[in-house]
Amino acid sequence: MGISAKETPNVCDSNQIMKPPKFEYFAPETLAEATALLAEHGDDAKILAGGQSLMPMLNMRMVRPQVLVDLNGVADLGGVEQHLGGGLTIGALTRQRELERSPVVREAAPVISAAMPYLGHVQIRNRGTIGGSLSHADPAAELPALCTALDAQFVLTSSSGERTVPARDFFVTDLTTALEAQEILTQVRIPPPVDGSSWGFYEVCRREGDFALAGAVCMVHLDASGTCQDARIILFGVGGAPVRADAGVGALIGTKPDAASLQKAADAVSQELEPPGDIHASAQYRKEVGGVVVRRALAQALEGRSQ
Amino acid sequence: MTTNRSIRVTVNGQEYQREVEVRMTLADFLRESLDLTGTHLGCEHGVCGACTVLLNGEAVRSCLMLAVQTDGASIETVEGLAPDGELTSLQLAFQQNHALQCGFCTPGLLMTATAFLRETPNPTEEQIKDAISGNICRCTGYHSIIQAIKDVSQS
Amino acid sequence: MTQNYIGAPITRKEDARFLTGRATYLDDIKRPGMLHAAILRSPHAHARIISIDTKEALSMPGVSAVITYNDLPASIQPIPVRIFNLPGLERCLQYPLAGDKVRYTGDPVAVVVAENRYIAEDALEVIAVDYEPLPAVADVREGLKDDVVLHDEAGTNLTGSTTLNVGDVDQAFSNAEYTRKEEFHTHRHTGNPLETRGLVAEYDAGTGQLSVWGPTKVPHFNRNILSNQLDMDRENIHFFEPDVGGGFGIRGEFYPEDFLVPFAAIRVGKPVKWVEDRMEHLMAANHSREVRCQVEIAAKKDGTLLGIRADIYGDMGAYVRTHGCVVPALTAGMLTGPYRIPSYRANINCVMTNKTGTGTYRGPGLYEGAFIRERMLDLVAADLGIDPAQLRLNNLVRPDEMPYTVGLTRIDGKETVFDSGNYPSAFNQALAKLDYQALKSQPRKASDGRYHGVGISSYVEPTGFGPYEGARITLTEGGIVKVYLGITTLGQGHETVMAQICADGLGVPMDSIQIFHGSTDYLPESVGTFGSRVTVMAGSAITMAAGALRAKILETSAAYLDTEPAQLELRAGQVYSKVSAGGPVLDLARVVQLAQEGNQTVPGEPGLEATEYFRIEEWTYSYGTHAAHVAVDAETGLIEILHYVVAEDVGRCINPLLTHGQSVGGAAQGIGGTILEELVYDSGGQLLAGTFMDYLLPTSRDIPPIDSIILEEAPSPLNPLGAKGAGEGAILATGATLANAVSDALADFGVNVTELPLSPDNIKRWIRESHP
Repeated sequence: MGISAKETPNVCDSNQIMKPPKFEYFAPETLAEATALLAEHGDDAKILAGGQSLMPMLNMRMVRPQVLVDLNGVADLGGVEQHLGGGLTIGALTRQRELERSPVVREAAPVISAAMPYLGHVQIRNRGTIGGSLSHADPAAELPALCTALDAQFVLTSSSGERTVPARDFFVTDLTTALEAQEILTQVRIPPPVDGSSWGFYEVCRREGDFALAGAVCMVHLDASGTCQDARIILFGVGGAPVRADAGVGALIGTKPDAASLQKAADAVSQELEPPGDIHASAQYRKEVGGVVVRRALAQALEGRSQ
Repeated sequence: MTTNRSIRVTVNGQEYQREVEVRMTLADFLRESLDLTGTHLGCEHGVCGACTVLLNGEAVRSCLMLAVQTDGASIETVEGLAPDGELTSLQLAFQQNHALQCGFCTPGLLMTATAFLRETPNPTEEQIKDAISGNICRCTGYHSIIQAIKDVSQS
Repeated sequence: MTQNYIGAPITRKEDARFLTGRATYLDDIKRPGMLHAAILRSPHAHARIISIDTKEALSMPGVSAVITYNDLPASIQPIPVRIFNLPGLERCLQYPLAGDKVRYTGDPVAVVVAENRYIAEDALEVIAVDYEPLPAVADVREGLKDDVVLHDEAGTNLTGSTTLNVGDVDQAFSNAEYTRKEEFHTHRHTGNPLETRGLVAEYDAGTGQLSVWGPTKVPHFNRNILSNQLDMDRENIHFFEPDVGGGFGIRGEFYPEDFLVPFAAIRVGKPVKWVEDRMEHLMAANHSREVRCQVEIAAKKDGTLLGIRADIYGDMGAYVRTHGCVVPALTAGMLTGPYRIPSYRANINCVMTNKTGTGTYRGPGLYEGAFIRERMLDLVAADLGIDPAQLRLNNLVRPDEMPYTVGLTRIDGKETVFDSGNYPSAFNQALAKLDYQALKSQPRKASDGRYHGVGISSYVEPTGFGPYEGARITLTEGGIVKVYLGITTLGQGHETVMAQICADGLGVPMDSIQIFHGSTDYLPESVGTFGSRVTVMAGSAITMAAGALRAKILETSAAYLDTEPAQLELRAGQVYSKVSAGGPVLDLARVVQLAQEGNQTVPGEPGLEATEYFRIEEWTYSYGTHAAHVAVDAETGLIEILHYVVAEDVGRCINPLLTHGQSVGGAAQGIGGTILEELVYDSGGQLLAGTFMDYLLPTSRDIPPIDSIILEEAPSPLNPLGAKGAGEGAILATGATLANAVSDALADFGVNVTELPLSPDNIKRWIRESHP
């Protein structure tokens, strides 16, 4: 789905508009051209990638960029590459549908493959891009949480150069990231999988394909004795940015996870959560269900899906 | 401010060259500039799927694309499925199964199903349900649509 | 008459154009020189309009006109009530544009006419309206306080009320062994056809003829309203029905735009098109279903029902629309359902709130009433220790009691009389299909941790509303039969069903029939398409007209063949001799020639045509039972419907393929409505569910396996076809059935569902509140 409940306009503002406002349109063919345009126009410009989030907002005139920079024609911004160590480099303009079908992704980051079918519908994934979803940073989106859980690094490019920002520092709050006005997210780098770790993914939504009411991406790393050495619990849909549930992690490390310790971890997560409410789910709901999705995702991870 | 651009786009096998306002959506371009009104607008914010067309063979929501983005592309709409008027087996299956009532969602569904069957010619019922989950139908309750697609895939 | 087509599952003749993208919906219509309208709507739920500045909008290139209230004719009247009127409602009607006050978010304030919709929307943005916001009420309980009154003329928000009375209900309660009291609330939701509303209007100043494309549902009635508002003779107004993308009761009533678009066209002297976008539709087209009800039931300890007392509050929204009080009135009128309840009293209250006006949505008042009644029956069953199915069977009206008089529960002062029905039979078949007994005996909690439940509901539904409907049938060149109807079609397949009825009625092949519908030029008057009335009313009119035309055909043939009409018959489009064996003696193409001027074998008017009207005051009652098996995930509040069954008796099924489609589609729509859809407002009257991101329609993944059993066990004695309405039965017990199933599933938690929707948030809250 393109945009979530949080972004739909208060009808006060939009007056039932469904055709885009006027703007100037550019379709650069190189990254240098694209960043030059952003350097020139800054806050007056918006990037058009897959369009599945931007176009609804344009149609409703919730955003009124003076300039639209269409990245779809820029060479070399897409594609998935696996490195010798097993890590991945994913071009920002890679379509979600390509991620869904990629055997490389399935091998190097299977949790992404498992999560893709939950993103909207086929028509959205045919156009939607990984870079677009990450830059848009909807609090209930899957990709920001997945990348955070995977400890991804994002390459941000501008006309003055490049910088790399880890996912955990990239997402600030609702629809707000560390991207500067003149920067473009151009690459996602995913480190190689850790031997012995396994993952789980679980989300609750009112209809399949919707943004989640609450969701969790979990990694666990058990040693030979079955003791949890490391864990990651990232929630989405329960805060402005992906939420790292350290209390939940703390409840697991050093234990041999069983039903009781999973429940304890889930309770610790719920305890800490301060989620927002909206018309689809109250804060109370998200607080409780946040624990539930963590427990179910952890259970999946422990069932031994290897990373 | 440059508000217009010239585009060259192939639709249902025919090439068109047109000057379009840059803010014009692909759906409006097809309906207004090319008079191909088979593609419908149900929501204009990417949810209902009534506007689904095939862009270079892939199902997309034409209300979420700008016409200018289709320069050089190849588009298929419902009008192109049976250009000489003889219904395709998919269309006949829809009729046989009463998979349309008001017909407003039908073009979008036919395009989604066309792309889907090209990629997955022998789908399971679950796969069919999944494939059409981005197209809303208000009339049929979907059972007859799923059956129609099943019928075509088994033949 | 031989039955070749009636009862056969014939695929639709009209499908080809829909399948090939060649149907013509309203937005596909382009008239030369056509301009486009957009409407400025209030962002406030309640406010005074201090001033409107349209200068900048008017000066925008490409803008032809900007219309506000002051531009309307001085004699402009508000939009009247069409049906279900009550004294007092006339004080809260809506003018086509807001004058001094806006009363709901979406209230139309101005119209822009421009070269295209993009420019029209640009112009909307620069119209400066100075509003003075006022406090707003968004709930009937707040509205009833009258702290904020919407319509000064009324002086109150309780703008209309009346009471229905059957028997002596207070007596029944004072003697009862058991009583129970509850309060229920059905949530605001609505039909949302996939095509939004739209109109194209064109005025020919030279001839004084106004043409409007787009009207459907009740075009004759709307034409008559428009003729009053424009002060134009109705004969000079022509409505044309295009292909229509669904209605479900929402599309086709007379809305402000139905005046504004023709008015704009006349004013600018060019054709004007207006097509609503989805956000507009959600705030401007009729809402429905929102009812609050305090109800008490009285019974004997053995479960025999004695009486019901109910206070019903209909949330009317900010203006009374053309449907008047239909939602609370039918909620009240049909609350006792198919059961034997000897005494009953219902107070109907119409309460204004600062929200969009309400009207019918498929099964209006019946969905609400079924929810209230069937939840009460499950509560009674639980309290008295009786199986819910047995309780219902004991109280269902039996076939030997038909026709069954319920009493004076219609607000038009007529009695509710069930004409025919075998309610227990439909009931038993639905439960058998669900495997009710087996499911009831299984433990609630399954091994996957989910809670299973079963719910059942029975309903009875008034259909086939009169007072009349007409059909004109003409035999034309080549033996083609043309049928002209005043009714409209919004996806039901009337072009096929009416052709089936005509084919059998006349004795011709279906292929030789063409059905014309919806234009106000075809018949001088028509009541329209709503309340599942078309098959009954137009079908009966066609049957009568076909009979009359057949008589004329045989008369013409007999005169030519020098025999008696009684010696001839019309079969499969040919005239045959009844007395001598052998092939046809005349074909219809020849008969047409024989009736042409110059060749006429029978003196009188040339040509072969018959027009008949079927008239009736009584309503005919379809009925049925729904049953559902659900599994509830108590941790997430999500519901999976494992099996949904509808058994509905339609009297006579003209086309099983199409009837089945109505049934499955209706059930699916009701399932979505009950679990997913809600028109959420905040307490200040702001519509929060303003797009399809927030108003959630069911997709293919949300619809369960549905078994639809179509029955013909109780034909209607009230019309020549024996038919009853078939379009709404499958939706109207969905709220009741699923609420019963969820209450059953969560019985261990003590959950008693008294409100809707069955959203995950609500389910979690109910568990939390009843199981602290």
